[in-house]
Amino acid sequence: MPSYASWDAETARAIIVDRRALPGALLPILQALQDEFGYIDREAEPLIADILNLSRAEVHGVLTFYHDFRQKPAGRHVLKLCRAESCQARGSDALGRHAAATLGIDFGGTTADGSVTLEPVYCLGLCSVSPAAMFDGKVVGRLDENKLDMLLAETNR
Amino acid sequence: MSGLRIFVPGDAAAVAVGADAVADAIRIAAERSGIQLDMVRNGSRGLHWLEPMVEAATTKGRIAYGPVSAADAADILKAAAADGGAHQRRLGSPEELPFLKKQTRLTFARCGIVDPRSLDDYRAHGGYKGLARALTMPAAAVIEEVTQSGLRGRGGAGFPTGIKWKTVADTAADQKYIICNADEGDSGTFADRMIIEGDPFVLIEGMTIAGIAVGATQGYVYIRSEYPHAVAVLTDAITAARESGMLGKGVAGSVHAFDLEVRVGAGAYVCGEETALLDSLEGKRGMVRAKPPLPAHRGLFGKPTVINNVLSLATVPVILEKGAAFYRDFGIGKSRGTMPIQLAGNIRYPGLYETAFGVTLGELVEDIGGGTATGRPARAVQVGGPLGAYFPRALFNVPFDYEAFAKADGLIGHGGIVVFDDTVDMAKQARFAMEFCAVESCGKCTPCRIGSTRGVEVIDRIIADRDRAANTALLEDLCHTMKFGSLCALGGFTPYPVMSALTHFPEDFGAPPRLRAAE
Ligand SMILES: Cc1cc2nc3c(=O)[nH]c(=O)nc-3n(C[C@H](O)[C@H](O)[C@H](O)COP(=O)(O)O)c2cc1C
Ligand code: SF4
Repeated sequence: MPSYASWDAETARAIIVDRRALPGALLPILQALQDEFGYIDREAEPLIADILNLSRAEVHGVLTFYHDFRQKPAGRHVLKLCRAESCQARGSDALGRHAAATLGIDFGGTTADGSVTLEPVYCLGLCSVSPAAMFDGKVVGRLDENKLDMLLAETNR
Repeated sequence: MSGLRIFVPGDAAAVAVGADAVADAIRIAAERSGIQLDMVRNGSRGLHWLEPMVEAATTKGRIAYGPVSAADAADILKAAAADGGAHQRRLGSPEELPFLKKQTRLTFARCGIVDPRSLDDYRAHGGYKGLARALTMPAAAVIEEVTQSGLRGRGGAGFPTGIKWKTVADTAADQKYIICNADEGDSGTFADRMIIEGDPFVLIEGMTIAGIAVGATQGYVYIRSEYPHAVAVLTDAITAARESGMLGKGVAGSVHAFDLEVRVGAGAYVCGEETALLDSLEGKRGMVRAKPPLPAHRGLFGKPTVINNVLSLATVPVILEKGAAFYRDFGIGKSRGTMPIQLAGNIRYPGLYETAFGVTLGELVEDIGGGTATGRPARAVQVGGPLGAYFPRALFNVPFDYEAFAKADGLIGHGGIVVFDDTVDMAKQARFAMEFCAVESCGKCTPCRIGSTRGVEVIDRIIADRDRAANTALLEDLCHTMKFGSLCALGGFTPYPVMSALTHFPEDFGAPPRLRAAE
C-alpha cells in the first residue's frame, strides 16, 4: 500500500523550488507533488503559479487536463483496470462489472470506507497478457475473476 | 563468470504474470542448495504465452523453460544447474522455437538476450557499432544512409525518417532537439515498452546518432506514466551511458555533445501526437498545434526538433552498422525493412513478431498467432490501435504494408494487432471508438470534441433499434465530418474503426449481412 505525506505547504514549496529551473517544469512539479502527497492540494496551485510566474488559471488548466492528476486523495489502494480493446477481447468488460459490483462503486469512485479507488486505464502495454490491471502500482496480467477477487481481498487490510 | 547464469525477464509483461516471484524463488532455492547464482533480469524474448520464461546459460547455449511458476523454481534451478537438463517445462533452445526462429530480428536483435542495464553486455552483442561508423562519416552522409534505408516512422504516420532529419539538419538554429516519442498509447502495442525494458542502449545509441546527424545536443524521451518499468530501466541506462562517456560532452571520445533526459507523461492519449507532446514537454496542456510550422522547423521551445517513435530511433543503429542496402533489402514496395509486429487480444500465441513487411494479416493471425486463445473462430482484427480499422476474415489476404493497408481503408499504425473471436459485438466496438475519442480529445476542434459524443449517442440509438436506417446514415455523415474537419488523427481517424465495423459487419448494426462472395 502506498503511503503519502499529508499536505504541507513548506514541503511543497521546496519541491517546487527544486524543479523551477527545469525546462517545462510544470509537469515534473505536479508529478513530484503527487508522488509526495498522493494528490495535488488546492493550495499548491497559487504556490506553483507564484514560483513559476504563471497565472493560477494556467496551472489549474494543466492540472485538470491530464488524467493522472488527482485533486483529492485516492483510496488507500488504487485498482486500475485496463478497458482498452486488447483487454476487451479477453473479457475485461465482465471483469470491470465484477469489480464495480463487488466494491459497490462505479469506475472513478472510491469505496465509502476509503479503502479502494477503482479507475479505468486505457492500455498498460500488457496486451499480450490481457486482461491487465495495475494494483497499487504493481502490474497484473492474465487477470480473471479469481485473481481479481484476491486483489480485492487485499484491500480489506 | 561467477556461478550459474540464469535469465528471468524483468519485462513488465513477464512481471505481470509472476516473474518477480519466480526470480525470488530461484534465489531462495539457490541459497538453500548452495548454488552460486548469477541472475540477469533480461528483457522478454516476446513469446509472451510462455512468460515467465526462464533461461539458463549452458554448454549447449541458452536453454529455456516456461511458463515457470514460483512453485516450479527449485526444480527448474536443479535442471538448469545440470547443464540445462530435463524438466516438463523445458523448451530447449529459445532460438529454435518456431515463433522466434521464423522472425527477422533487426530492431529487436538483442532484446531478451542481453542484460538491459549492462553497457558491456550491449557492446559485447554488437552495440555502438552504428555510432562508431556514423562518427567516421560526414553528418549529411549519415542522414543519407537513413534516407536510403527506406526507414519510415514507426509511430503511425510512416513518414520517411531520413527526410525529417534532413529538414532539421538544414534549419539553422543555436539549439536543436531530438525527442523520442515513447507515449505508446495504442491498445495492442507494446514494442516500445519491450525495447526500452530489454535493450535501452539501442534507443540511446539511435538518439545519439540522430543528435550528431542533425546537430542537436539535447534529447528527451517522453515515456507514458503507465510504463514505470521502462522509465526505471531507461533512467539507469542513461546514467550508465553518461558515466562511461557515451553521453554528455565528447560522446565516445568525439567532439560532439549529446545528452538525454527522461520525461514522464501524465495520462493523456493525445500527447502521443507530436505537437501535443511538444506542448506537454513545455509544461502545458497537451493541445495539438496547427502545422505549419513543422516541429522540424519550430518544435520544442520554438527550436528545430526531430520527433521520432522509439522503434524508428532504435532501428537507426543497425542501419548505420550494416548499411542502408542491408536494411532496404527486406520488405516490399515502399515498406522497407522489418516491422516489430505485436500480436495481442484473443490470440493463442501473443507476443512480439518482427518480420519483413509483406506478411499477410491471415498468416499473422492464423499461422503465427495460432488463431484465437478461446479456440473460437477469429471474426474481427483491429490493426493499428484505437484509430485503426477492424478487418474481417475476408481481408486476411492483405499484406502488411503501409500502402496495402491504406488501400483497404485501414492503417498499420504502430503495428499492433488485436484479435477478437466470434463473440465480439462490432456495434459495441464502434461505440467504444467514439467514446475513446470523446474521452481523449484535446478539445480544439468541434468535429472531434462534439462529434465523438454525438457518435456515441447515435450508435446507442442504432443498438436500441431506434430509427436504424436514418441513424446509420447520420453516423456515416458524422464520420465524414470528423474525417475531414479534424486537425489531427484522433478526430480524423476515429472514423476508421467505426466505418470499418459498419461496412464489414453490418449485421451487428441490425442491417443485412454483407455478401462475402462479392469481395
Ligand atoms: C492521437 C495521436 C496519438 C499518437 N500517439 C503516438 C504514440 O504514442 N507514439 C508515437 O510514436 N507516435 C504517435 N503518434 C504519431 C505522432 O504524431 C508522430 O507522427 C510520430 O511520433 C512521429 O515519429 P515517427 O516518424 O518516427 O513515426 C500519434 C498521433 C496521434 C494523432
Ligand atoms: S482532432 Fe481532436 S484531438 Fe486532434 S486536435 Fe482536433 S480536437 Fe484535438
